[in-house]
Amino acid sequence: MARLAGVDLPRDKRIEVALTYIFGVGTAVADQIIKATGINPDTRVKDLTESEEQKLRVELENNHAVEGDLRREIAMNVKRLTDVGCYRGLRHRQGLPVRGQKTKTNARTCKGPRKAVAGKKKITK
Amino acid sequence: MARSLKKGPYVDAKLLRRVEDMNDLGKKLVLKTWARCSSITPEMVGHTIAVHNGRIHIPVYISDNMIGHKLGEFAPTRKFGGHAGQERSTKVRA
Repeated sequence: MARLAGVDLPRDKRIEVALTYIFGVGTAVADQIIKATGINPDTRVKDLTESEEQKLRVELENNHAVEGDLRREIAMNVKRLTDVGCYRGLRHRQGLPVRGQKTKTNARTCKGPRKAVAGKKKITK
Repeated sequence: MARSLKKGPYVDAKLLRRVEDMNDLGKKLVLKTWARCSSITPEMVGHTIAVHNGRIHIPVYISDNMIGHKLGEFAPTRKFGGHAGQERSTKVRA
């Protein structure tokens, strides 16, 4: 069973794709990992040998920030901004877009699901 | 687009001179400035700089985490008072 960085990889996918199930590994990083370890990208996860698995584990450990570590790093970056009290920190605190996007419409990724506003009636004729 | 590294960070010359004068004399005064676009440099750490927000000067105490930010980032220019008819209670509680 291939278990890397605390994530179970899907057994029947190609390793190139399966690696992207790890938080912090997308297609680009998966490609780098495969190049660095010299594994054939077309091998299925269930067909990986023990040594190949070990190589992947070492590569992930040493050269890439993934999963918990990466999440912590991101949280620390946001925390620094909020603590220092700069504009970006304020926006993070308010849950609004940080990079100057409009908020009149959209911005739903930051703001989350729409909340109904009480007392706002539709105009009837 | 990011500023060219060749030029180094933009720092308001007059402000920097005033900060360095204060460092030489060992004084800590609140400096009023309009230079919102000036970067914060290591020399400014520990001083309080009053940054103009378009209406008043907002005192900003410079800590070492702020180096590399611009002064204007710490003096918001807009005030959001909530939406009409919105209950303010949630804000008061927080």
